Formats: sequence, C-alpha cells, structure tokens
Amino acid sequence: MTARGCTTVIASASLALSMTACVLLLRHLDQIRPKATIEDVLYIDSPKMVKRASLGFDGLMACIYWTRTVQYFGHRHYSRERTYNELAPLLEITTALDPHLLPAYEFGASFLAPPPPNGAGQPDRAIQLMQYGIAHNPDNWHLYYDLGFVYYTELRDYTKASETFDRGSRVPNAHPFMKIMAAQTAEHAGDYMTARMLWSATFDSSRQTEIRQNAMEHLRAIQVDEDVSHLQSAVTRFGERTGRLPSSISELCAAEHLPSIPVDPDGDPYTMTPQGRILVKNPDDFPFISKGLPPGYKPSGPPKFHSKG
Amino acid sequence: MSPTLLAYNLLSEALLAGVPFRAMAAIEILGLEKTYMVGFWRKRPKRALEPLHLTVEEGEIFGFLGPNGAGKTTTLKMLMGLVFPTAGTARLLGRAWTDPEVKAQIGFLPEQPYFYDYLTAQELLDYYGQLSGVSGQDRKRRIDEVLAHVGLTDSKDLQLRKFSKGMLQRVGIAQAILHHPRLVFLDEPMSGLDPLGRREVRDLIEQLKQEGTTVFFSTHILSDAEALCDRVAIIHKGQLCGVGEIEQLTSSVQGKVEVIWQGTQVPASMKALGAECHVSGDTVRAVLAANQQDAAIDALRREHIRLVAITPLRTSLEAYFVEKLQYSQTAAGTTVGTSAGAKV
Amino acid sequence: MSARIVHIARNTFREAVRDRVLYNLIAFALLLSGAAIFVSQISIEIERLVVVNLGLTAVSLFGVVIAIFIGIGLVSKEIDKRTLYTVLSRPVRRWEFIIGKFFGLAGTLVVNTFFMAIGVFGALLYVAHKFSKPDALILVALYFIILEFLIICSLALLFSSFSSPLLSAMFAFSLFVIGSFADDLRGFARLTHGFTRWFATGAAYLVPNFSTLNVISPVAHQQPLGAQLILQNSLYALFYTAMALSGAVLIFERRNLK
Repeated sequence: MTARGCTTVIASASLALSMTACVLLLRHLDQIRPKATIEDVLYIDSPKMVKRASLGFDGLMACIYWTRTVQYFGHRHYSRERTYNELAPLLEITTALDPHLLPAYEFGASFLAPPPPNGAGQPDRAIQLMQYGIAHNPDNWHLYYDLGFVYYTELRDYTKASETFDRGSRVPNAHPFMKIMAAQTAEHAGDYMTARMLWSATFDSSRQTEIRQNAMEHLRAIQVDEDVSHLQSAVTRFGERTGRLPSSISELCAAEHLPSIPVDPDGDPYTMTPQGRILVKNPDDFPFISKGLPPGYKPSGPPKFHSKG
Repeated sequence: MSPTLLAYNLLSEALLAGVPFRAMAAIEILGLEKTYMVGFWRKRPKRALEPLHLTVEEGEIFGFLGPNGAGKTTTLKMLMGLVFPTAGTARLLGRAWTDPEVKAQIGFLPEQPYFYDYLTAQELLDYYGQLSGVSGQDRKRRIDEVLAHVGLTDSKDLQLRKFSKGMLQRVGIAQAILHHPRLVFLDEPMSGLDPLGRREVRDLIEQLKQEGTTVFFSTHILSDAEALCDRVAIIHKGQLCGVGEIEQLTSSVQGKVEVIWQGTQVPASMKALGAECHVSGDTVRAVLAANQQDAAIDALRREHIRLVAITPLRTSLEAYFVEKLQYSQTAAGTTVGTSAGAKV
Repeated sequence: MSARIVHIARNTFREAVRDRVLYNLIAFALLLSGAAIFVSQISIEIERLVVVNLGLTAVSLFGVVIAIFIGIGLVSKEIDKRTLYTVLSRPVRRWEFIIGKFFGLAGTLVVNTFFMAIGVFGALLYVAHKFSKPDALILVALYFIILEFLIICSLALLFSSFSSPLLSAMFAFSLFVIGSFADDLRGFARLTHGFTRWFATGAAYLVPNFSTLNVISPVAHQQPLGAQLILQNSLYALFYTAMALSGAVLIFERRNLK
C-alpha cells in the first residue's frame, strides 16, 4: 500500500473512532451534569440584564429560554419534584425578551398557578404574567382566556373569571365560546359542566402537547369525580330507603335500575368498600381526581399522563 | 518457471522495492499526465500535460524548455508530489516518486519562491535542514558553506522580508542544495536575476554537475539552456516536442556553412551555388547549404582565392525552438514529437 | 517522524510570536487590571465573583479569537504564498505538516493562557487580598478553557485545509457560537419530531459541545467539580480534536496545490 493510502486508512479509522467516542462521552457527560445548565442559566435572573446581555438578539434568546423552560418543567414534573422555583423567572425572562411569544403565557397559565406537584403554586405570578401578556398583545383574545382560566381553576374567583372572559369576548375576532364561558362562570360556577367546558376549551385551543395532556387528564378526572359523586349519593339514597348499606355494587346498580356497573374512562368498573365508599379501580391512572380515592392514598410513582389526545 | 523469467521477476521486484540499481536513471517519467476540471461546475476538462515519457541520466544537466504555460511547472509539481497526476508514474533515483524518503536526496527550487518572511536566512536554512534530516553539527557547518556559496553570508541575519528578488532566488538555491541532494530541480532559476546573478547561477549549476549532482531545470530562456545543458526536452502546450542533445536537435534542422575568403570579389560559381554573400572590409562572407561545402571549396580553389575559414553554422536553439513550435501549432492537432521520448 | 512534527510546531509558534500575537496580553492585562480596580470600589460581596467571571471569560474569548484568526490561515496561507512548496519537497509527510501546525498553534495558546492566568490570579489577589482553597478551581476552569482551545484550533485547521480564510473564519466562529449553546440544541432536538429530530440530534452531537467545558460560573461560585467530569471532558476534547484533525489530514492528503 502506498504511503498515502496508509495515511488515508489510518485517518479514516481515527475519524470514525473519534466520532463514536465523542457521542458516547457526551451521553455520559449528560448524566454527570444534568442540572448544571439551568442553575447556570439563571445566574442572571433579572429579565433586564438578560435583555442587555443578548446583544440585540432578543428573539433568538427568547426561543432558547423557551426551550429551556419546557425542558426544565418536563424534567422536574416527571421526577415528581415539589418545587419549580425557576419556572416563574424563566417565563418572565422569555416574555421580557419576546412579549409576543404566546405559548409562554399559555404555559404559565397551566403550570405556574396549580399547586405542587403539578405546578409552581404561584397563581399571583401567573396573573402578573397574563396581565403583562395582555398589555403587550391587546388584540389577542386567548390571553384573556388564559387569565380567566387562572382565576377560575386556582383562585376560584368566579366573579373575576367571568369579568375576564367577558372582556375577552369583546376583542375583535374572539372565539364565540368566550361569551358562553362568561355567562357560564357567572351563573353556574363550581359545576362539573362548567369545569368540563373550560378544560375542553383549553384542550381544543392549545397546540402544546403538555397543555393538552394536562387538560385531558383534568377532563378524565372530572368524569370520575362526577361518576363517583353520583354513585356516592346513590349509596346515601339506598341507605335512606333500606336503612342499610348495599351489600355490593351490583345490588346498588340494580336498585338504581342501571343496565350495568358504571365504568371509569379507562373501562374499569367502579368498586365499593364494605363501608359504602365508592372507589375507582386504579387511582394512579387519574392524577387529578379528588373523589373515589381510598383513605390515606399516596401516588406511587410519576404521574401517568395518557398519550392519546 | 524458466530461470530467465525468474531472474526477470526478481529484477523487477528489486526495482519496484526501490533498491538502488547500478546505472539507473536519475529521473524516469512514465506517462505522467494531468487534466484539470475547470468551469463553474468543474465539468470541463483542461489538459495541462499530455502523457509524458522522459528519462534523465545521472550526472547530466537536463533542460526542460518551453514557453510559459507549456506544462513545465505542472510536471515539476507532480514530481514533487504537490499535484497529483491524473495518470502515469515516475521514478526518482530508482524509487517511486511518492516515496517520502527519496525527498531527502532531492532539492527543489520553485518558480518565484516565497519563504517565511519572518525568518532570517540563517533560521530558514536551519529549519529546512531540520526537516531534511541534516543533523545538528553538520547543519551549522553546511549552512555557512552554502550561504558563502551563494554569496549571502553578510545577510544571514536579515529577515527575509527585507530581501531583494535576486537575494531570494539565491536563498532558494541555497535551500535546494543544503542537504547535498543527488538530484536538484530548479524551476526558472534565472528569473528575476540581473546578468551578474545569472552568471553566478550558471556557475553554480556547472559546479553541481562537477560534484556529480543531476540538475533538472526548466526555463524559457534558450541561451541559458544552450550554455549549460547536456540534453534538453522541449515542451509546448502540454506536449513533448523533442528530446535530445542540443547539437543533434539543432543540426537536424538543415545545416548551413559559413565560408570566408580573402578579397572582395564573389566568383560566379559561388553565386551559382546559391550563396548569400556579404563583403565586409577585405573579406567576403558567404552562407550556403552544408552539402555544398565541397563544391564551394573547389570553386574558390579554381579561382585561386584564399580561403580564410569554413565554419559549420549551427542553427541556434532559438530558431529550432521557434520552428518546432510553429510546426506544432500549424499541424492542427497532429501529435508532434514522439511520445516514446525517442532521441531525435 | 516526530522530530519533524516538533520542528514544524516550533516554527509555527515562532511565526505566531513574530506576528506579535502575544501583544494581546497587553490588552488583556489592561482590561483585567482596570476591572479589578474598578470593582474593588463597589460592593464587598461580589468583587471576587466579578474578577473570576470577567477574567476567565476574557481568557476564553481572547483565546478563541486568536485561535480562529491564526488557525484559519495555517494551511491556506502557506498554499497561497507557496511557502509550502519547499517544505513538502522535503521528506515531510502531509499529515506531519498538519499535526505540526496544530501543536504549534496549541502551544501558542497554552503559553498565552499561562500568562493570562498569572494576570487573573494577580487581579484576584488584589481584590481579595488572599487566596482561599477553592481558588484552585480556577486552574480547573483554565484547563477546560485550554481544552476548548484545542477543539477550536483543530476546527480552524480543518477549515483552513480546504477553504479560504474568510469562509474558514465564518465557519469556525459559527461553530463556536453554536457549540456554546450545544445543550440548547439538544433540548431543541428533543422537542422536534421526524426528520427534523434526526437532523437536529445529529447536529447537536456533531457540533463541539462547549457548554460542558464551560465551568466559569460554578467556579466563580466556588462549587466543587467532580473528578469524573474532569476526566470525561478531557477525553471528549481529545477525541473531538482527533476527529477534526483526522478530517484535516484526509482532506489535505488529497489536495492539489496550485
């Protein structure tokens, strides 16, 4: 083989080998330094400073920060962390760099307000974020929806929610359901139907996977809560009628003239304890239910979000 | 396998293994050719060098002549491994031209050389010496020798960016011979030199020959080649037009003789031979065809005219050159000169 | 063989020095001393932080600029100026030339960084009045910065072996910027689907990952750095450099010089 051929072979082999080694090492390094990035990132946690530091490339930096926000939340949510201290600053920086980055507001509404482990538990900051968004995007009706959403779901301030939906409905090209939501929250606040409307609206109007999944789980939870409610009141009625608890859920269903035992959204039938308590078969599959849980229930692992939707 | 065949095989293997073999040629060019792809999409082929076959013996000064753009520099670059041939191979001092070790015995002066201008002459030669594998002690001594040889001893600590063109050329020669190469390639060594410089370079080349070094130099200045070369090759538009000793080349063109006689009269018989005659002072000078030499002598004797001199007139290399080139240009497309490198 | 590489490396170093590259140290020294004096007059708490951050960032940026500016011309300048002819007509292999150039440039940067390190420690001493044990971490940060330089040098050399200085500068600089955001590129890749995901993931692995080598912030906060991190970063830089240099060798071996 000529000298040149020899060099070619060695250099090619070296190239292939090094490339492989680099990829492998990077994967290893990922495990050693997972959190370093975000803490690094927020070394500058004042939006003004970041804006100055981006040397005018605000849009690009906003995108970068947005990517980091999503990564940050997803990573922590999956590991069932209880704190999301950096979420608010990340969102604030992102929107300071680019006030028109609408997905950020939506994200804040869904995940800044709810209590841990599903959110940062900072509804006030969520409100501030929405108001900032509305100030900078007055023609966007969806931001009013996001704001009203926070009032309704976390603060349970139905009056404010209704007012916000109403204001939003006046924005040109607002979706008709804004008016409906305004009316609904004014008159039937606290109803399952209202809640269902709200979560369906969120599910339909968002394109972000996390938010849709979140809404889907809430809808499933509402279904379960409703079902368990009805079944539980049936148990009470049974008790008032017969003076005793039903011996099994089948007896209860027969007494209520139901064609079969009701099933949860996963298709599993509800069960009843000897004490007359209605339970859902797999509570772990329904992250947001407030009824149908066995006493002293604690979730056993990361929240199981269903992927369909 | 017959013994002859066996011997032949062994011989070829030995040659291919680069084992130096007695009576080998210094340079053997075996069909080197180069085609460049030009154009925006690199699709149009441009022939820089037609397949070249050439042999240069050890110890001779060989001239590689041709006008600018003929392919001289391309050939040299290919031999140096700077450019890769499209086809063909070459052997230098019996080894493949791509063998890096053979370069330790070769010196090269490129056309219009540039050197690291932040170095002094001394430092440059030291660096090159290191790269050529000249060991420490030898190097110091040799550098001084070589600088003296080219006349740059006074400027050895001057940065090369302050050198004149002629000085750079001399440094170039210095670096080419620094490591006592057996074979030296010079690309236009006289370019940019004043007559004194050219004389010095000529002397140096002569001296190299005396030391047994083979010199291969390319030039478009014919008088230099005439003065120095044992043999020349002429190349034009990438094709070899002729190879051989200068005398043979020039005498292949129909020779003439010059006859000088005393007196001022031109005999009629001379005129009849078709001689061109010039009277100057008290001699007449006539030029006529070589094959009429005897007839001319007879004519003069008959007239009792005193012959002063008869000199065979060799066509100059220049005339040969021009004629050859014109021929190759007008012979639209016909291959001129042999590709087998036959001696003319 | 290795002797020739050493000679070429030494000559490359000599060229850089005579090109007055080390004068950048003066600018650096001025910047750093100015900052140290200025900062020591503001709050007590953060002056150390500022000096370390500023100092290390300046070392990194100055070095990258030098690496790119010298690196892009390493091969292309020699081809343009034809100084390469007389080198390659000697028993120097083409790959030896590339490797020698690399070590010459890397050596220049190491020397440069050494002097800058003295500057940083000097400024630190000025504002903090004494060294504390965690300050040794600054040496680790400097080591990582040198690893960064090795990668940049090899990339600049790679581009120089086939491209003009201007294009090489653009490529090298772009890769430096993208490489600094390599983690974000990986994050972005995870968010995409289909072909874009393949492409983005491939790109994210292929660009030099400078974010892993950037420990300036943790070091400024005196956070400890694990031995595993140091080892793996070293290996990564080594292999990445080897990759770029292999590419440079492969290209240069084939190049017809004009």
